Amino acid sequence: MSKEIVIKAENISKQYRLGEIGTGMLSHDIRRWWAMARGKEDPYMKVGMENDRTKKATSEYAWALRDVSFEIGKGDSLGIIGNNGAGKSTLLKLLSRVTGPSSGEIKIKGRIASLLEVGTGFHPDLTGRENIFMNGTILGMTRKEIVRKLDEIVEFAGIEMYLDTPVKRYSSGMYVRLAFGVAAHLEPEILIVDEVLAVGDAEFQKKCLGKMKDVSVNDGRTVIFVSHNMSAVQSLCNKAIMMEHGMVKMNGSCAQVINHYLDSNANSNTTKEWSIETAPGNEHAKLLKVELVNTSGEKIATSFLEDEVYLKITYRCITDKAKLNLSISIMTNKEECVLSSPSITDTIWCGKPHPSGDYVSYCKLPSFFFNNLIYSVYVVLVKDGSEIIASVPNSIIIEKTDSGKYRGGYFGPWSGITRPILEWKTERV
Amino acid sequence: MANKAVEDDMWDVYIKAKHGYLDINVREIWQYRDLLRMFIVRDLVSVYKQTILGPLWFLLQPIFTALIYVFIFGRVAKLSTDGVPKILFYLGSVTLWNYFADTFRMISRTFSENASVMGKVYFPRLILPLSKVVSGMVKLTIQFSLFFVIWLYYYFSEHAISPNWQMMYFPFLLLVLAVFSFGSGILVSSLTVKYRDLNFIIAFGIQLLMYATPVIYPISMASPEMQFWLWLNPLTSLLEAFKYGFLGQGLLNYFWLTYSVVFAVVLALIGVITFNRVEKKFVDMI
Repeated sequence: MSKEIVIKAENISKQYRLGEIGTGMLSHDIRRWWAMARGKEDPYMKVGMENDRTKKATSEYAWALRDVSFEIGKGDSLGIIGNNGAGKSTLLKLLSRVTGPSSGEIKIKGRIASLLEVGTGFHPDLTGRENIFMNGTILGMTRKEIVRKLDEIVEFAGIEMYLDTPVKRYSSGMYVRLAFGVAAHLEPEILIVDEVLAVGDAEFQKKCLGKMKDVSVNDGRTVIFVSHNMSAVQSLCNKAIMMEHGMVKMNGSCAQVINHYLDSNANSNTTKEWSIETAPGNEHAKLLKVELVNTSGEKIATSFLEDEVYLKITYRCITDKAKLNLSISIMTNKEECVLSSPSITDTIWCGKPHPSGDYVSYCKLPSFFFNNLIYSVYVVLVKDGSEIIASVPNSIIIEKTDSGKYRGGYFGPWSGITRPILEWKTERV
Repeated sequence: MANKAVEDDMWDVYIKAKHGYLDINVREIWQYRDLLRMFIVRDLVSVYKQTILGPLWFLLQPIFTALIYVFIFGRVAKLSTDGVPKILFYLGSVTLWNYFADTFRMISRTFSENASVMGKVYFPRLILPLSKVVSGMVKLTIQFSLFFVIWLYYYFSEHAISPNWQMMYFPFLLLVLAVFSFGSGILVSSLTVKYRDLNFIIAFGIQLLMYATPVIYPISMASPEMQFWLWLNPLTSLLEAFKYGFLGQGLLNYFWLTYSVVFAVVLALIGVITFNRVEKKFVDMI
């Protein structure tokens, strides 16, 4: 028995006109109206191109969404991910009924509330208390509900002292807390949340995400969540949709979709290979290939913090008996050196005479060492322990992502260029 | 087939591309009545925040306007008020006129002023103009009480006015005035969303309309030919009926009163239809 469907979207599309509204638009309006009056199809619904903002516009209309269909079951928490301009926000706007689709249909069961912004409808001259009622009713609560939850909201926001002060006197932090306080106490059957969690301090973020998780897991409510923060999506959602150019690219379990998203999004230079003519090096030896592989030896584009990966470097010895060794440095994208490591731990071949031929070296990069950043690898091939034969800065990049499993409930950025897990112990004295 | 019908019944919300002409969900507006109330409170309360006199300003505004009119139109221009005390004449018509002008002006800015809210959250959009109609009515009630006090003074101590029983029409006149302000307001607000040209005409047009309405003069001042054109303005018969009832001056004309009622209702219908069309696409056009 499958879950009860609470949202069903069927072939929804949304068309936007590019450029400015002006005199030119009037002629389109008149032609459209004339076609409608004769019972014909809208002439401008046919034109339009795929929504790829990097290409130059070839038509005056673009599709922000095209034939998007999906279903959401009761109690699911769905993450919507995708690059900027993929249509996520448009989809949210349609679901929250802020704007209508150009074609298609969405059916919704149950009370729906959307948080595309915090503090919608706040009036600077009204007091905190008045604004709680204003904002609450705009989000669909009844007066009675708000009265019942007023104390809870005030406590959550921690602004009791300022409750009867106009919100324009609030610090921005207090303002956001108050707005969130109201939002967190909504009790709709379906909750739509945009990336509003990007504001507020860490403690407060944790409180909000905790509350959201509570809503979907314990109360069996349906949550739709759009975010660029993969760790938050991963820990909050069980299902996910990946959008690309206004279409649903993938729809499935959260982990699957996020992996696919990260892979398709990963920087392409995760391998570097040279032909023998262009390969860096000299008549003694040359570098052939640098790549990143996992423990089973498969090439990978990105990896999680907890994954162990290997740097695989292929080189060719041309002069027989040349004494070769490798050395790498790992840099952050701000060109800080994280570490350097010559291949001295390789007791078999490091600095030993190499019979001419091809060699492959593996350098193990441990789990729980990197932070979720993009690093680059500086590779050096050395002869006789000091002569540099080849030196390649930025050979490949290492992209580490955070699965959200080892954050202890904190979702903000984690500082540091490395992120080992250190041992902690506290004793009472 | 039966199953299909049952399945369709289950859904609470349908979001579709196309809608009917008069697709107003009255039940939904009722569900959001608390929001309507909050908008009304906001309209009324935010006006006198950070003032010392507070709600008293609702009274001072029409008094000042009426006093200026007494001076300029009464003393300087020497317009007749048909024997009615000048302050009473002007205060009465200014109260009604201001209700129309303010309500119309505020409703016509519905979309442009609430763009940010409407872009972020859904609620039945008609609640916004409706709230202006009601909050305006609250202000009018306060201002009318002032008029009524002065009216009582002139009636009992000065015996300067001879009202008619038709002053009982007052609530009805207000209703028609409200429907007219609502209808014209939402029509203009819908028409100015995409092309803002109309905005430039409105500010000027509303001033002009005041002179085409018997606000500062009695209609009896105009020539019979001129009167016909004045009657075409649906506000004319409402103001005249009001003055006839309370002040015993003015012309109560049932034909033109009926005309105003029909005009207001038709305008409101056209307004709601247009508003409904625009409201669905508004966010993309602003």
